Amino acid sequence: MTGSVVQDVGLRGLYEQMLRIRHFEAKLDVLYRQGRVRGPAHLGIGQEAIAVGVASTLGPGDASLGTYRGHAHALARGADPEAVLRELLGREGGICGGKGGSMHITSVAHGYYGSYAIVGGHIPTAVGMAWASRIRRDGRVTACFFGDGTTNIGAFHEAVNLAAVWSLPVVFVCENNQYMEYTPIADVIPVARPAADRAPAYGLEPVVVDGNDVEAVRQTVARAVERARRGDGPTLLEATTYRLGGHSVADGAAYRDPDEVSAAWLRDPVVKAAQRLTETGDATAEETEALVARVKGEMDDLAVRVLEAPTPDAAAAWTGMWSDGSSTWRN
Amino acid sequence: MAQLTYREAVAGALAQEMARDERVVLLGEDVGSGGVFKTTAGLRDRFGTDRVWDTPISEQAIAGAAMGAAAAGLRPVAEIMFSDFYATCWDQVANEIAKACYMTGGQLRMPLVIRGTNGGGLGFGAQHSQAIENWAMCVPGIKIVSPSDPSDMWGLLAAAIRDDEPVLVFEHKALFGTKGEAPAGDHVVGLGEAAVRRTGDDVTLVGLARTVGMCLEAASTLADDGVSAEVLDLRTLVPLDAAAVLASVRRTGRVVIVEENPGQLGWGAGVAAIVAEEAFADLRAPVRRVSGGNVPLPVAAAMEAAVLPSADKVVAAVRDVLTPATVTSATGRG
Repeated sequence: MTGSVVQDVGLRGLYEQMLRIRHFEAKLDVLYRQGRVRGPAHLGIGQEAIAVGVASTLGPGDASLGTYRGHAHALARGADPEAVLRELLGREGGICGGKGGSMHITSVAHGYYGSYAIVGGHIPTAVGMAWASRIRRDGRVTACFFGDGTTNIGAFHEAVNLAAVWSLPVVFVCENNQYMEYTPIADVIPVARPAADRAPAYGLEPVVVDGNDVEAVRQTVARAVERARRGDGPTLLEATTYRLGGHSVADGAAYRDPDEVSAAWLRDPVVKAAQRLTETGDATAEETEALVARVKGEMDDLAVRVLEAPTPDAAAAWTGMWSDGSSTWRN
Repeated sequence: MAQLTYREAVAGALAQEMARDERVVLLGEDVGSGGVFKTTAGLRDRFGTDRVWDTPISEQAIAGAAMGAAAAGLRPVAEIMFSDFYATCWDQVANEIAKACYMTGGQLRMPLVIRGTNGGGLGFGAQHSQAIENWAMCVPGIKIVSPSDPSDMWGLLAAAIRDDEPVLVFEHKALFGTKGEAPAGDHVVGLGEAAVRRTGDDVTLVGLARTVGMCLEAASTLADDGVSAEVLDLRTLVPLDAAAVLASVRRTGRVVIVEENPGQLGWGAGVAAIVAEEAFADLRAPVRRVSGGNVPLPVAAAMEAAVLPSADKVVAAVRDVLTPATVTSATGRG
């Protein structure tokens, strides 16, 4: 039986994880603007509570799959921030060996089976992992993140249908950040809620959670994970949030009403968790401020260290297409 | 000697591998009841519903589920009923499965097989008759298998299932009824080893799947005229046994490549380029391809036959390459 141990982590632990992810990405934003990041990067600033809340319900034997906006999905499972940053900055020792980049961060050692950049393309993959668990009865649960825009992709519907028909141990987590790239999701769906309102078509209960409340996410997902582990099938969860930045680091998101963005910053999940810690007496404001300063310093140091690292040998491009490390297609 | 059909060889290989390795599981549309082409007949009864899974008509879910199961350590064999339908799940095949190992620095492995019926000649029309190996050949990271006879159907499919990489196996639907010697015992044919089906000295005919039979028929006809043709069955396009092609062409000095897909960008173009680049000095005549026509496949028998390659077209092409003066005027219309 794998994956039966749910992480015992209090709000303070959840907050620290969110904070690290926030400042990892904030640092990345700066590095991008300095022209140091290879290729695009899609930040999930404002969405950290979902990745962290979901990860906190998974055991080491459980699996998760994320999206091209997936730094948080990987880091929350325990992926090494230095190996991730090395990948993002095109340095030796990158988590995918320099072959994946921001959109394909993967850390199988931590149960994180990849970040996928074709919208919705990975949902059938997650279902396949859950199918394997049903066949092997290994007790593993697979969580799959995707955005609101994905609910208009055929692969989403095929995969959710199959998971429901086969009653597979998978938790679908829709991060509804209100925007399908540059377009408001409301403009491109005929229902109010992109995932929840589609759930009944597959015989599933609509489940909506405040995606900016890490404890709420944790509690709701924990129930879905239990249900999956019991053999009672999938859950399609919609976590409501807001993408505080643009679609990618290259997008200034000028198409949004500034008042809407200002209001969203007031619901910042990281600040919200800090406030909750002070309310409950688990931490003082001074303590959380000191923690913020420390985490920022750690990220600054990390960036310096990674920027000093060498770039990978170009010859590595010709290796690793096959699992034995070779790439030969003919003799 | 016991005989079996190409169709029976599919189920035979699947049963052999399912009995050998419990990680081998099947999924696809109607596979439980034996399948539209009866290629999975008897497997659910023998191995049970935990090993043979009927899916909805959802090719993206089928191919993606195979990917996920492979990532989780199983050895899934998915069926795409007609290879034309790969177009509906090409994201899973070309973007996800083919790239997963490389893109993750080797963290993900894809020991999976996707089988599909392929090719024309039965009047199934433009959307159920294509030979699409060339689509896959554009994408590094997937192996491509196209057996030409029952023994190879069995042995190559078994090898594909044991292979640690993603393999697309194309079952030519016009060959399902063909008979051959039944394999004895554990039968596996290594991927990437072309087979010489007939030896000859004057010209090398390179075929794959159904065109191997056309090449053999053409070689018989040519023998009556005193022309000695060697017939090489590639068996797999990736890995490609280029060395076998080059060795044969260096000896005969002439090559006719016979492919079913449209010639405008067929796998034969890739093979022709290898010959031109690496054996040019040994060529006594220009490289010649006999390809499917550059139109969708029509249904009416005479029209479909006009578009597909045939033994007669191969004979004509060989006569051209044996007569240098006429070579430049002999290209087809398609």
